[in-house]
Amino acid sequence: MKRGTLFLQVVAAAVLATAAGVLVWQGRPTAPGETIATTRSGQPFRLASSAGGIVDSNDLAGEPYIVYFGFTNCPVICPTTLYELSNELAALGSAGARLKVLFITVDPERDTPDFLATYLQGFDPRIIGLVPTEQQLAEIAKAFGIVYEKVPTSDGSYTMNHTATVFLIDGAGRLLGTLAPDEGEAAKLAKLKRLVAGGGGNG
Amino acid sequence: MAQSLKIGRNLLLASFALAVLVSSALGFSLTAAAAAHEIKVGSLVIKHPWSRQPPKGGKVAAGFLTIVNTGSEDDRLVSATAEISDNVQLHDMAMKDGVMSMFEMKDGIPIPAGATVELKPKSLHIMFIGIKSAPEVGTLIKGTLVFEKAGSVEIDYEVMDMGAGMTQ
Repeated sequence: MKRGTLFLQVVAAAVLATAAGVLVWQGRPTAPGETIATTRSGQPFRLASSAGGIVDSNDLAGEPYIVYFGFTNCPVICPTTLYELSNELAALGSAGARLKVLFITVDPERDTPDFLATYLQGFDPRIIGLVPTEQQLAEIAKAFGIVYEKVPTSDGSYTMNHTATVFLIDGAGRLLGTLAPDEGEAAKLAKLKRLVAGGGGNG
Repeated sequence: MAQSLKIGRNLLLASFALAVLVSSALGFSLTAAAAAHEIKVGSLVIKHPWSRQPPKGGKVAAGFLTIVNTGSEDDRLVSATAEISDNVQLHDMAMKDGVMSMFEMKDGIPIPAGATVELKPKSLHIMFIGIKSAPEVGTLIKGTLVFEKAGSVEIDYEVMDMGAGMTQ
């Protein structure tokens, strides 16, 4: 009887230790230079930032973040999405204090990091503008599975068609979910709460 | 004691009456503004032209309005002008499989007889490209609409907050 209890205790301790080990492993900080999954396809990225310098996806590891593709000559959907994200970030309160939103332009020909800095001033400061080169844009679009397309207009200029999905990346660099433009506000907020709750050091 | 209670009650009544007066006056002026924002041209009625304040430094803005064709003849919005932009286009927007697509309505926007055509966010809209100044909330953008049959009409777009029209 006594021996049986001891055996159970040992088994229980082993199970707990394994579980704890798994948790620690999942939430481990990323070693410098180590590549982690950061896009839908797991490809890392380094892009010019509206905050100055470069945003390296490896530096984002350990915290959840949001990715949205758009452009500033976009009349409705992009400002609307940035406006809604600003409201949602405000609604998250302190839980989302470290959450970053990366607004990646699909129009690097017209959008510069400086201009994005001005454009984003009226939105939540957690939203950062990123400007890829045409080559980087092609790569990151493929990695996220998004499409973008230049559409000529009658004035000799162009507008952009693009995927308007918002991507939610968890603290381990995995795609946790997406927000669709026409999803209800409550559903979006619930997903964002889940994103910030599951992010950080807990994998 | 009884006196002060009475004064208090009178004050309460007076402030209530004032509140009723003010709110009815406000209600009246809002109705008046809405009515003034309905423009008739031929058999077309144009309702509430409005625009959203663009983000800082934004180079484009969009105009929205509703056109009711009360006549028995089809018409068409063929072009538009606006004071803030020399390049105004008629656009449509569609969402398919999560992709936002813009279409220039090069042949204009049809306004069939008896129909109500809504220009609204995430749908048909008038696009102001290369805006010369930033429209501020509460101001008006002057513009014209040109219809194939009803001719040309001057309108004022009311500039609203960036969140306006979200729930449509």
